Amino acid sequence: MSHIAPSAARQALRIASRRYPSSTFPRFSARAATANAIGRRTYVSETKPSNATVNVDTAIKADQKAFLNQTGQSPEDATMPTTGMSADAMMSPAAGILKQATIMDEGSRPIYLDAQATTPMDPRVLDAMLPFMTGLYGNPHSRTHAYGWETDKAVEQAREHIANLIGADSKEIIFTSGATESNNMSIKGVARFFKRGGKKNHIITCQTEHKCVLDSCRHLQDEGYQITYLPVQSNGLIDMAQLEAAIRPETALVSIMTVNNEIGVVQPVEEIGRLCRSKKVYFHTDAAQAVGKIPLDVNKMNVDLMSISGHKLYGPKGIGACYVRRRPRVRLDPIISGGGQERGLRSGTLAPFLSVGIGEAARLAKQEMEYDSKRITALSNRLLEGLLALEHTTLNGDRERHYPGCVNVSFAYVEGESLLMALKDIALSSGSACTSASLEPSYVLRALGSSDESAHSSIRFGIGRFTTEAEIDYVLNAVRERVTFLRELSPLWELVQEGVDLNTIEWSQH
Amino acid sequence: MPLAQAIKTDMPYQVRSLYRSLLRQGNQFAAYNFREYAKRRTRDGFRQHQNESEERRIQELVQEGLKTLQMLKRQTVVSQFYQLDRLVVEGGKSGKQKGDEGGIVRQKDQGWD
Repeated sequence: MSHIAPSAARQALRIASRRYPSSTFPRFSARAATANAIGRRTYVSETKPSNATVNVDTAIKADQKAFLNQTGQSPEDATMPTTGMSADAMMSPAAGILKQATIMDEGSRPIYLDAQATTPMDPRVLDAMLPFMTGLYGNPHSRTHAYGWETDKAVEQAREHIANLIGADSKEIIFTSGATESNNMSIKGVARFFKRGGKKNHIITCQTEHKCVLDSCRHLQDEGYQITYLPVQSNGLIDMAQLEAAIRPETALVSIMTVNNEIGVVQPVEEIGRLCRSKKVYFHTDAAQAVGKIPLDVNKMNVDLMSISGHKLYGPKGIGACYVRRRPRVRLDPIISGGGQERGLRSGTLAPFLSVGIGEAARLAKQEMEYDSKRITALSNRLLEGLLALEHTTLNGDRERHYPGCVNVSFAYVEGESLLMALKDIALSSGSACTSASLEPSYVLRALGSSDESAHSSIRFGIGRFTTEAEIDYVLNAVRERVTFLRELSPLWELVQEGVDLNTIEWSQH
Repeated sequence: MPLAQAIKTDMPYQVRSLYRSLLRQGNQFAAYNFREYAKRRTRDGFRQHQNESEERRIQELVQEGLKTLQMLKRQTVVSQFYQLDRLVVEGGKSGKQKGDEGGIVRQKDQGWD
């Protein structure tokens, strides 16, 4: 060491040691004294060969133990070093953005209250699907090996579950990509099949149908078919007398949805089915919002074609089903042609995991229907009572013939879109998801005869299997608070409070 | 004590143990809605069948419960792998600050500017 140190430094050290008396370093002297007293003068500890080497086994075990100690902790119990935050807060991306806010009392993710747009997938459904996403990957149409047989068996079982849910035979269920495809397949398929016969070219549907039904009909109109769009009454239901009057000898198909996706009214499907059967007209119903939520039976209701969606009954997105009656046989012209799968009506390889998913979802829906509907009704009543307790609010659609999971309420003197913006902590929509990008008022509410203002100010609340009471209470509070706030801003509200009838005002022209 | 009787007296214990395991496992869901549903469904399911007396039916229900428990064990792990933000209704120390519980007040403005 000494020969490395520069000579200047050595000089300085020597001077320093001369200048300071030995009493400035009492520690050394004391230690020397005690060492003397004990009588041992060992400066170096004893060496053993085992001390010098690292035992691999014990090191690994120690590492493992330390790892297990850490991994056994759940995030809410662990604290992150130096910050004092819980690991839970650190994992939340919002906490990452708000670096300074360390203790948070609440989450930041909005409550999901849009069960008509889609529903979360049930963990039980995912559990049934996972084997088919990992190990069981055979093509269900392969008949030559076990990989094909096992997936084929699972797909057939799924078909059985769906058939059980709607009271059909499993051979009558056709898997499609979703309710939109099922609707297209049914309407265009029946119409094009009858076009070949050349006699029947008339289709009846209703103004409040889903966009995909209306658009399919419009498309057929361009091809030379005649379409009747039935109006609805102010409660959202169709008039049976009107329907009967609209049926002509050349009518091929009547398409009326079971549960409306925006206002949740339940159409009198059974009566329509009876009427259609007596007039020998095919009856198609879009039951995407109804299957698994209200009891359905295709034989009792005389339904010939029914569209089912997977993701509206807690199943996966990207799959749906179409019920096509076999006796009396409903004949369709397939839209997708190919290898002849699914009775030749919808060619293309099936997705076994999606089919299994919708099958399991259907099985659960049948099993849980009683429990779920009791609960959803209770939650819906709680929400509806709370909302209607606010002044100038109205329920859209019939109160009695109503699926309770869909609550569509108009808040007068509040702009619906601005209320949605104010309710950022709740995932809601003012109508169907397909049209939520446009600021047009909902065509369903217009068909009910609501004014533009009322249609603009309505909001749809969708309650599902996983909604909790706490969420409903939160929503009620939030809506009450923010509707009041927005009304305070509005000059119209001031006029209403003063007792001025808004219809009597003559607005000046600009 | 004869064997049959021993099994019979053991049954309530087994059922209670299954109930506790289901509740405990259901509580492990990271997603709020699934967690609440698992707890609620377990509770209501057991309540619904609390007066079941037929031996065979009880056995069936216990088997069903065991299957559900296995499913819960798998799905809670999946749920914990893909954690998201907490919901606004959820308690717990993450997400938004309300500032009424003596929490540390934010030092810096994190607004639009």
